[in-house]
Amino acid sequence: MIIETTAAGTLALIALITAVTLVTRFGGVFLMSFVTISPRIESFINAMASSVLIAIIAPMAFSGDVGSVAALIVTALIMLITRKPLPAIAAGMAAAGLVRYLGVTSL
Amino acid sequence: MKHASYRYQFSARKVRSEFFRLLPISLFVVAFGAAFGLAAVQKGLEPLQTLLMSTTVFAGASQFAAVDMWGSEVSLIPLMAVVFAINSRHLLMGASLYPMLREMPPGRRYSLLLLLTDANWAVSAQEYQGGKRNLEVILGGGLAIWLAWIFGTWLGVYFGGLLKDPQSLGLDMVLGCFLLAMALGGEKSPRILVAWAVAAASSLAAWKWLPPNIHVVVGALAGGAVGFFWLGKKSEDRQPPAGDKETSE
Repeated sequence: MIIETTAAGTLALIALITAVTLVTRFGGVFLMSFVTISPRIESFINAMASSVLIAIIAPMAFSGDVGSVAALIVTALIMLITRKPLPAIAAGMAAAGLVRYLGVTSL
Repeated sequence: MKHASYRYQFSARKVRSEFFRLLPISLFVVAFGAAFGLAAVQKGLEPLQTLLMSTTVFAGASQFAAVDMWGSEVSLIPLMAVVFAINSRHLLMGASLYPMLREMPPGRRYSLLLLLTDANWAVSAQEYQGGKRNLEVILGGGLAIWLAWIFGTWLGVYFGGLLKDPQSLGLDMVLGCFLLAMALGGEKSPRILVAWAVAAASSLAAWKWLPPNIHVVVGALAGGAVGFFWLGKKSEDRQPPAGDKETSE
């Protein structure tokens, strides 16, 4: 199925993307309402929650340039030392900018 | 329904403070939004269409991917598949908030999910690990990010040419650094660390060998499986929200 990107077609496409995204926003909660939350399920949820973050970040670290790797390492270090997110994030971005400015391309 | 008592007390004051708490990260969302607005008009979307998409979809990565598939015509199935795959992490994110969400009426519960996005979810999920219930950040923080996303898109649509090289400022790494900081700020028991190792390995393997865009879900489910088979200390230790305190910066 193909939609032409006329004015009406584009609106239909945007509506479609919105609908698919809404399904993902609502779906997990909707399905969970049929699940009894046992300690085991709760343990699953808790481990899964932070694993989402790790699963997003891991390929970033491996696919990115030296700048992105530097950003993640510096963020991790500052976060573990200070436990304050904002300085950690700012330092991480600064590290990426600096590494790229200096033109470092391999470790 | 067993959980007919909707006990979650929403604090308007806390919603406001969470709005301001996520304003700093929203500044970066503006930059992302600008990059999206620029990409969309370059692909031939009208400014108003682009703004409409940011307003109703509000999921950056999937919007970039969708716009990337734009042309004079768009095939539906691949578009839906890609958008679903990229956004499927919302399924897990929503599920992880369910223990809190079930304590509010369904209308309010699903309305909140309209504003669910990575950053406000990460804050809420992390605080839940620490025994604090914070759905206010989904609303307040979500509003801050949503408005920033729309505003950024607007900037990009009309002034996008000014944002030449966001990478040189490290802007592409904001979300990665933010999510990493959130993860490291949470619980770090041996059980969680094993879950992370499994999640990272599975995510990388899926990213390398499976079809694109499903690595997040694969990694997250693998990490969750560790939790399923390796129970942590009793979850009843967790304190209910009485006297929740802020830990904003």
